[in-house]
Amino acid sequence: MNSKEAILAKIQAAQVPHFRANRPQRKELPASLDAFCERVADYRAKLHSVTEDQLLPTIQSLVNGRRCLVPLGLGFTIQGAQEDKPFSHRELAEFDVTVTLCAVGIEETGTIILDGSEGQGRRALSLIPDHHICIVRESQVVASIEEAIQRITPTRPLTFISGPSATSDIELVRVEGVHGPRRLDVLLVSHT
Amino acid sequence: MSGGGIRPATTFTKAARLALQNSTLRQNLGFATRTICAKRESAVAEIPNWQELRTLGAGIKDEALSNLNELLVQLEQKITEAGGTVHWARTAEEAVEIVASIAKRHEVQEVIKVKSITSDEIELNQGLTHDNIIAIETDLAELICQLADDSPSHILVPAIHKNRDEIRELFERKLGSTFDSSEPKLLAEAARIYLREKFLTSKMAVSGANYAVAETGTVCIVESEGNGRMCLTLPEVLVSIMGIEKVLPLWEDVSAFLRLLPRSSTAERMNPYTSMWTGVTPGDGPQEFHLILLDNGRSDILADATGRQTLRCIRCSACLNVCPVYQRVGGHAYGSVYPGPIGAILTPQLLQMADVNANTLPFASTLCGACYEACPVKINIPEILIYLREKTEKSTAESFGFQTVYRVMSNPRLFGLVLKNTRLGASVASTFGLLKPWTNSRELPDIPKESFREWWRNREQ
Repeated sequence: MNSKEAILAKIQAAQVPHFRANRPQRKELPASLDAFCERVADYRAKLHSVTEDQLLPTIQSLVNGRRCLVPLGLGFTIQGAQEDKPFSHRELAEFDVTVTLCAVGIEETGTIILDGSEGQGRRALSLIPDHHICIVRESQVVASIEEAIQRITPTRPLTFISGPSATSDIELVRVEGVHGPRRLDVLLVSHT
Repeated sequence: MSGGGIRPATTFTKAARLALQNSTLRQNLGFATRTICAKRESAVAEIPNWQELRTLGAGIKDEALSNLNELLVQLEQKITEAGGTVHWARTAEEAVEIVASIAKRHEVQEVIKVKSITSDEIELNQGLTHDNIIAIETDLAELICQLADDSPSHILVPAIHKNRDEIRELFERKLGSTFDSSEPKLLAEAARIYLREKFLTSKMAVSGANYAVAETGTVCIVESEGNGRMCLTLPEVLVSIMGIEKVLPLWEDVSAFLRLLPRSSTAERMNPYTSMWTGVTPGDGPQEFHLILLDNGRSDILADATGRQTLRCIRCSACLNVCPVYQRVGGHAYGSVYPGPIGAILTPQLLQMADVNANTLPFASTLCGACYEACPVKINIPEILIYLREKTEKSTAESFGFQTVYRVMSNPRLFGLVLKNTRLGASVASTFGLLKPWTNSRELPDIPKESFREWWRNREQ
């Protein structure tokens, strides 16, 4: 008997009676953008509410002439930015800032989700440079974790981001920024 | 030794006595647990239907445990379809062997690790050294423990027992860093610089897993620092080790646990980073993925109808922080990588109630019930503690004592006689030191002049 068969046989022998969880009905609620903004800011990420016209100038001023990296399919051009070729990890480490889109924003927790589709890039892109600028459209913000889980495709590589990286490992003092980007700017773009 | 297994070296009583002598530890712990408890309460209060959510969390776990065979096979199938490989390990030794053989196949001498208690349970780091493979911890606290040759003392904050000056001295000595002060920010920066090079050059990473979804084959890791994302994204090969009880039936079940875990654990709305992946994605992240499904005593726990609920545990550590015993003795006294109330029931059961030292752990509790109330998946820890106490072998003196009490209390005349002579008996007993096990840590109550029965009789006259 190999290990798999042995483990399965022991589980079988445990004879656990059948049980079914009582999962609640899903309900869709309208998302509050104000609450989303507040909660993003609570994590000490910087939130900018912008119109479509203000988007590019805001990004340019945040990038401020530093070495900027963008994924394929961002949909617009940032002056001086370089598209992922793809670069090696070592080359990625030479960039100061990355600009990406996202898949979903969650009001309940102030979380943004990246799923690696167009304009979001592979995971290393939004990880290695020290500053991440993430663009969220108002229509992408949902009220709850359930709705976000429903909206995303599980088989894509998923990253949930709630503020910049942090640790409280030393005397429970919160330090922003250990290994992930130490600076996170979220740009919430309104429809108008 | 970062990662110390689950076999306590001594009894809880002995280890606790030693821990209580360390006043710095008690101060650090008292401060830390009080802070986390207060934060947790406000994080939980934000969720209007927290109790329903706990019931749902427990229900999903129970459903998974009642259908474990099918779910594990389904998980294996989904991960295999997505380009990953699933391995099955009956024991800790088998799991370590699988990790070592993957490392050897890739000619890797150094692996980077995401904090994982499961890997500490199987003593992976130590096991890999037999094959001359070094495991580097990348979580800040685990790194501190590893550099200090010390073991973690808390599930969530493993270096809770060390202060900033101790950590600064350690980094200066081991990493060659220099500091202007012991500011945590500067210490974290030193770890960032040291580990960045490891992240960019390591070929293989090892992680645990918070859960895996059978329906889709998706594996999940929650973390804060970004070391997890680094390990899960940059190396070519990723090996994740997961207990068989961590499987969830449906993709939609993820949402309940993403809500329960961060609030119970770090008392946040959401932890900074959560990563989920399914097998291998071309052009993004490791191109080789292995999941090791670990039994190591879990299927024995599953066979026990009372003990089974222990396997719902999502390792949040809420029960540690609220426990009056843990708050005072700290994690090391439990002698296992699983400390606190959950450790007191999980450790002896993983060892099939056959380890004499581990069997003292169910007594490491006042049965106050705070752990049950805090548990996000409603594990009735006090119930299991009592159940496990019954299962441990009683000492001869204890059985004799209880038999005597039984005889005396079932005979009213004898009971009256004994009560009458309690004062005399107690003074005789203390003269001979017979009450020492009790009076060592407790005051002997004043014995009243008359018993209740005497008082009742006299009152009627």
